[in-house]
Amino acid sequence: MINFVLTRLLRAAVTIAAVVTFAFVVLRMSGDPAQVLLGPDAPQDAVDAFRRAWGLDQPLWVQYLAYLKSIFTGDFGVSMRDKAPAIELVLERLPATLQLTVPALLLKLLIGIPVGVYAALHRQSFADRGVILLAVVGFTIPSFVMGLVLVLIFSVILGVLPSGGQDTWVHGILPTITMSIGGIGILARFSRSAMIEVMGQPFIRTASAKGLKWRDVVWSHALPNAAIPIVTIVGFMVGSLIAGAVVVESIFSWPGIGRLLVVSVTNRDLAVVQCILLVIAAAMVVSNLVVELLYGWLDPRLHARAGH
Amino acid sequence: MSSVNTMNERPSAGPATGLVAYVRRNVALSVSLGILWLAGMVLVAALADQLRPYGITDMDLSSRLAAPGATKHWLGTDELGRDVLSRLIQSIRVSLVIAFGATIISAVFGTALGLAAAQFRGFVEHLVLALADFQAALPFLIMSLAVLAFFGSSMVLLVCLMGFYGWERYARIARGLAISAGAQGYAASVVQLGATPARVYLRHILPNVASTLIVSMTLTFPEIILMESGLSFLGLGVQPPETSLGNMVGFGREYLTRAPWIMLAPAAVIMLTTLSISLVGDWLRDRLDPTLR
Repeated sequence: MINFVLTRLLRAAVTIAAVVTFAFVVLRMSGDPAQVLLGPDAPQDAVDAFRRAWGLDQPLWVQYLAYLKSIFTGDFGVSMRDKAPAIELVLERLPATLQLTVPALLLKLLIGIPVGVYAALHRQSFADRGVILLAVVGFTIPSFVMGLVLVLIFSVILGVLPSGGQDTWVHGILPTITMSIGGIGILARFSRSAMIEVMGQPFIRTASAKGLKWRDVVWSHALPNAAIPIVTIVGFMVGSLIAGAVVVESIFSWPGIGRLLVVSVTNRDLAVVQCILLVIAAAMVVSNLVVELLYGWLDPRLHARAGH
Repeated sequence: MSSVNTMNERPSAGPATGLVAYVRRNVALSVSLGILWLAGMVLVAALADQLRPYGITDMDLSSRLAAPGATKHWLGTDELGRDVLSRLIQSIRVSLVIAFGATIISAVFGTALGLAAAQFRGFVEHLVLALADFQAALPFLIMSLAVLAFFGSSMVLLVCLMGFYGWERYARIARGLAISAGAQGYAASVVQLGATPARVYLRHILPNVASTLIVSMTLTFPEIILMESGLSFLGLGVQPPETSLGNMVGFGREYLTRAPWIMLAPAAVIMLTTLSISLVGDWLRDRLDPTLR
């Protein structure tokens, strides 16, 4: 078990290191931020002063070491626009993003999994076919199309829901729905196939054969086993919560991290983009780690293969 | 694509009489419609120049924001009086070309790395797997946003960037399949006969694992279309005056209340295309993936 946990921790650390390096390489080597921020007409001494102030005149490896040091001391740099620490700007926006993503995640779980399990238990029925079709439609519609269609219907034509802003909880309805529909489709489909696979296993036949009630077979034999693959996809969803907010927040002018990222990218605000990149990657890696550890707990068979 | 056809013909070797009867018996209606739609899209993309009634930047200032159904403009016009249908046709071409190019790059790149990992094992394998972990850990949209904004968006960069989409899946699949194929008799025997590693992989192992890789391609293709549309929607993908489906939706959004058709036409095309690919891809997977039999 210790070995299993250590391998996973090591892999998570390596991944974080790779993301940190990626952020540095891409953001520092892709152009001269001094020129970009000050404009092409800026006098040379102003550019030089700017570069000295941000350490951009140092050799790349010196910049890299300084960068690593600051990351490890929790210093993610200062926004070149607002002159505020990048991490503060990001944390300031975090609650707004969570206001959308957490309800959206709950909707995905509370609708997607039961619907998928129901479809699996009533295979080939009318409901099952409907679920499959809706699930496919749900996750093939990109969120920006879904969001705009919802705005068109509920804000423009019916005029019942606001199309943007963050003033009241009512403003959160359309973004939350937009964000959750794709995930509901994916989860429904995934739970359905996981459940179908489990229901075909010999131990389910054994459980039925020994005379267990159907409900007990489903609840205590099928569901726990189907949970293993479902946990994987849920973990992935948790990790990509913030990333998934980018498009939706842009559509609905929601002042969260996703919108901050798009704005900072357009403004080439290095420190903020880098900080968001690291926050998102950390969220992904941590939730992957939790999933893998949960996996080890849910499925003891995996310990044997943990070393691979 | 030739391998797809040969694979498809195999089950039809039965008592099928005529293509139409075969299709009617073996292909669901939704899949047939999907194939038809996709064929139509490919045709539109190929003949874009001939089909387009107007140039994509031709402005008809006297009929700005004209509603669909107008005699001169079937799908209406946008805020500058540009013909929506013409722009839609060009967008289909641009989006399909990007997605197609990117899918090929991603498949070749990922498969090559996966086979390299299987051949060399040790350090190379760890490196490839670490890179794959990294790619999977960083949401692709976020990575592309960073890269595009900092390098500025150009068509070549966009295709190359999209070419990184999903490579880690091919790499993992190719590595896994190649390792298990390497343990089988046929690979061992050609190695014994003195074949070079390149020959073993390209002539013997690759054809045997191709069907699974092709299925992954049908999965990544619509995802790349969605990814490119998303980036273009945010204004960071295809840049004007060139147009793409996401780009049209993004600009059409400004006129959602006054001229929803600018946005609805490309949105419908995106939905129908990805839906079709999804349906056809599932069908192909059921057909081709031996592990599902």
